[in-house]
Amino acid sequence: MMTLTLGHFLSLGAILFALSVVGIFLNRKNLIVLLMAIELMLLAVNMNFVAFAHYLGDLHGQIFVFFILTVAAAESAIGLAILVLLFRNRSSINVDELNTLKG
Amino acid sequence: MDYQAGFFYLFSAVLLFAAFRVVTARNPVHAVLYLMLAFSQAAAIWLLLKAEFLGITLVLVYLGAVMVLFLFVVMMLDINVDVLRQGFWKHFPLALILGGLVSAELIAVLWVGFPTLTVDATAATVAMHAPDHSNTRELGKLLYSQYTYPVEVAAVILLLAMVAAIALTLRQRKESKAIDPAIQVRVKAEDRLVVVPLAPTPKAAATEQPKEEGQTS
Repeated sequence: MMTLTLGHFLSLGAILFALSVVGIFLNRKNLIVLLMAIELMLLAVNMNFVAFAHYLGDLHGQIFVFFILTVAAAESAIGLAILVLLFRNRSSINVDELNTLKG
Repeated sequence: MDYQAGFFYLFSAVLLFAAFRVVTARNPVHAVLYLMLAFSQAAAIWLLLKAEFLGITLVLVYLGAVMVLFLFVVMMLDINVDVLRQGFWKHFPLALILGGLVSAELIAVLWVGFPTLTVDATAATVAMHAPDHSNTRELGKLLYSQYTYPVEVAAVILLLAMVAAIALTLRQRKESKAIDPAIQVRVKAEDRLVVVPLAPTPKAAATEQPKEEGQTS
């Protein structure tokens, strides 16, 4: 318990991931909080990558985190653009009202 | 307890608290601010894991750019929070059970799989844990030799995201009276000015009639 092991960091990532799952479950109507919960999930996964890279002495894990950060930044930029577009057309970001594609 | 473990517990406590507040905060602006706190704590934990470049990148790129983008969007939108939080506390116990289950299962699997792995002897001899080791230089060497092609693909992805975001949000305003300058420059005099042939008003004398008819054409 005193010295840090890989399990400590993996547990932290697991709890963080579970918290963001709870966030997605609770805020199903709020699109902005959904995007933020996805960011938290990606952070939890990155935490695991960095921990493994450290404990196995392998830098390739950190490189993978680099690419995940790139994709996450692109994803949030496009997601927020879609959000702005949606709010301009519907004046609401409630997920329940986005049912125009239903047949 | 060495200082590293103490810092780890401090940072992870703040990180988990901030993450919890992100998903339960009533005001979206507060949620974004707590998300910034969570990312800064994660960057500190990455520094403990000797991933200096990634920690600093997380602060610069995420706190500096992505979270500010979030903050801009949240402040621009006029959100009715009460509608969006209907059924929030009704689902809360179920969500807690679900989250507890997910984290318990993940931790169980991960503790069994990697029970007490510390930095092992072979990894400790790798240059990564040497005192004068530069994380940024090693990452750069890998990125620009072995991972050149993925770096280019990542650059294309970022360009694509930029073009897509601009194309999605750009719009022409309907009431705009702006005119294309190229059209204004291309205009010639005869487009604007029309010389209408008009018969001159005849003077009172009828004798000058035939001479003036020739001039009008």
